[in-house]
Amino acid sequence: MPDLFLDGRPLYVANGTSVAAALALGADGCSRTSVSGQRRAPLCGMGICQECRVLIDGRLRLACQTLCLDGMHVQTRP
Amino acid sequence: MNEATDLLIIGAGPAGMAAALAATSSGAHIVLLDDNPLPGGQIWRDGPQANLPSAARHLRDQLRNCTNVRCHAGTRVIACAADKTLLVEDAERGWQIRYERLILCTGARELLLPFPGWTLPGVTGAGGLQALIKGGLPVRGERLVIAGSGPLLLASAATAKHQGAQVVRIAEQASRGAVAGFAGQLPRWPGKFFQSFSLFDSHYRTDTHVVEALGRERLEGVRLHQQGKTIELACDRLACGFGLIPNTQLGQALGCAIEDQALAVDAWQATTRREHYAAGECTGFGGSELALVEGAIAGHAAVGNSAAAQQLWPRRARWQGFARALNTAFVLDPRLKALARSDTLVCRCEDVPYGELVDHENWREAKLASRCGMGACQGRVCAAALEHLFGWTPPLPRPPFSPARIETLLELEETPPT
Ligand SMILES: Cc1cc2nc3c(=O)[nH]c(=O)nc-3n(C[C@H](O)[C@H](O)[C@H](O)COP(=O)(O)OP(=O)(O)OC[C@H]3O[C@@H](n4cnc5c(N)ncnc54)[C@H](O)[C@@H]3O)c2cc1C
Repeated sequence: MPDLFLDGRPLYVANGTSVAAALALGADGCSRTSVSGQRRAPLCGMGICQECRVLIDGRLRLACQTLCLDGMHVQTRP
Repeated sequence: MNEATDLLIIGAGPAGMAAALAATSSGAHIVLLDDNPLPGGQIWRDGPQANLPSAARHLRDQLRNCTNVRCHAGTRVIACAADKTLLVEDAERGWQIRYERLILCTGARELLLPFPGWTLPGVTGAGGLQALIKGGLPVRGERLVIAGSGPLLLASAATAKHQGAQVVRIAEQASRGAVAGFAGQLPRWPGKFFQSFSLFDSHYRTDTHVVEALGRERLEGVRLHQQGKTIELACDRLACGFGLIPNTQLGQALGCAIEDQALAVDAWQATTRREHYAAGECTGFGGSELALVEGAIAGHAAVGNSAAAQQLWPRRARWQGFARALNTAFVLDPRLKALARSDTLVCRCEDVPYGELVDHENWREAKLASRCGMGACQGRVCAAALEHLFGWTPPLPRPPFSPARIETLLELEETPPT
């Protein structure tokens, strides 16, 4: 059971859970803020649209193609 | 660390897996690369809420037992580094792979068309929602509307219901006659016939399409045009996709020709560039059975086993028939081109509204004036939408093909492996 941090709050998820799913399990499901200030959430679910990019341990990555790992820090409001 | 291989396969969906397995008996050294954490592609995406069929598990086990196949998961192609050499990146590092032959099995993505409210959290693609659910997205107790076109709507609904969601409407834009005509042909492919019965849902409506997603901070409901009437339904999620479009970008960047918006291939699944093959949905939408047989043909052909490849031609022809029936039945209604309003965002990366685009002549002009397509997705969403709406030819992909780290791009300076 990975034990990660979502915007600073701890969250436990099942093995194999994507970070995109964790966003909804631990918060409101949103991943980023758009250039005009709208909150956005994962859209295509398959690594194309880039709406789900979040900061994971300091690197921008796609939440839908990244699995949750122990100790991971995920930020949606960097 | 750089790498060299006889055969490089991009994409580990049904096509890529079948290609690798077909090529393996030749003893060639094979690298199979995919940007997802696990092999399987779209249809066999694994995850905590996925239910993999045993055929898919079997293929995966077979691949794992092949000592001459190396799988790179979570790895994407960033650029062409030199002739027959690609720069790739995973979560940790970037490196170059030099190949003798290449098979493109990059699959398809959903066609997403802009409509008012489609940027609200809670709105996803139709297959997109299915993919997210397989990865663990909780939908238990939520009210869902699934809209757009094609059999994927039913598949997505089935996955959502299995995870405890309440599907309040499945809105198919195609006419009742078109869908009935398609269903009438299904007995020609018995497996598909039974599958469609198991997927059928009483909330399915033909001649119905989305008009607007409603809500302030996130989705609260949806307005539909349903068989001549406008209706509103309260819901927590809207999953909307208008069919699939081939992922041709990498093939185009490698100089392979395009035909009907897909990678052009001959009977051997060879593209117009020598020693470069393509199979599965990057050569046109047709379902997993067609992807499997095309992949196997490409795998055999790429290692010079023409006889084995040729034996599979009749099977491919059978599933091409299915693909044709599918593509005729779910042709998009021209009314779907008029959903966006002047303030509806089309480019979600740069937040460019429809009104700033509609008066331009072509993609280049629109891009220069508005930054449309210049964001992180490089137009994979908006250029495909604008091709459908205005007939604009999308731009040729430019490296980096997806956002990459500086350290990876510095690898381009390295001498390629020999
Ligand atoms: C979201 C979605 C859900 C679907 N669900 C179903 C379903 O339930 N039932 C059904 O019958 N059909 C479904 N389909 C249709 C399905 O696409 C096909 O039946 C089948 O998966 C096609 O196989 P393929 O090998 O051609 O491509 P895919 O399965 O799409 O595999 C292509 C793979 O290549 C990877 N890839 C692409 N480009 C790159 C790159 N540049 N670098 C690295 N990796 C790359 C992709 O991430 C993907 O894993 C779905 C399609 C989509 C888009």
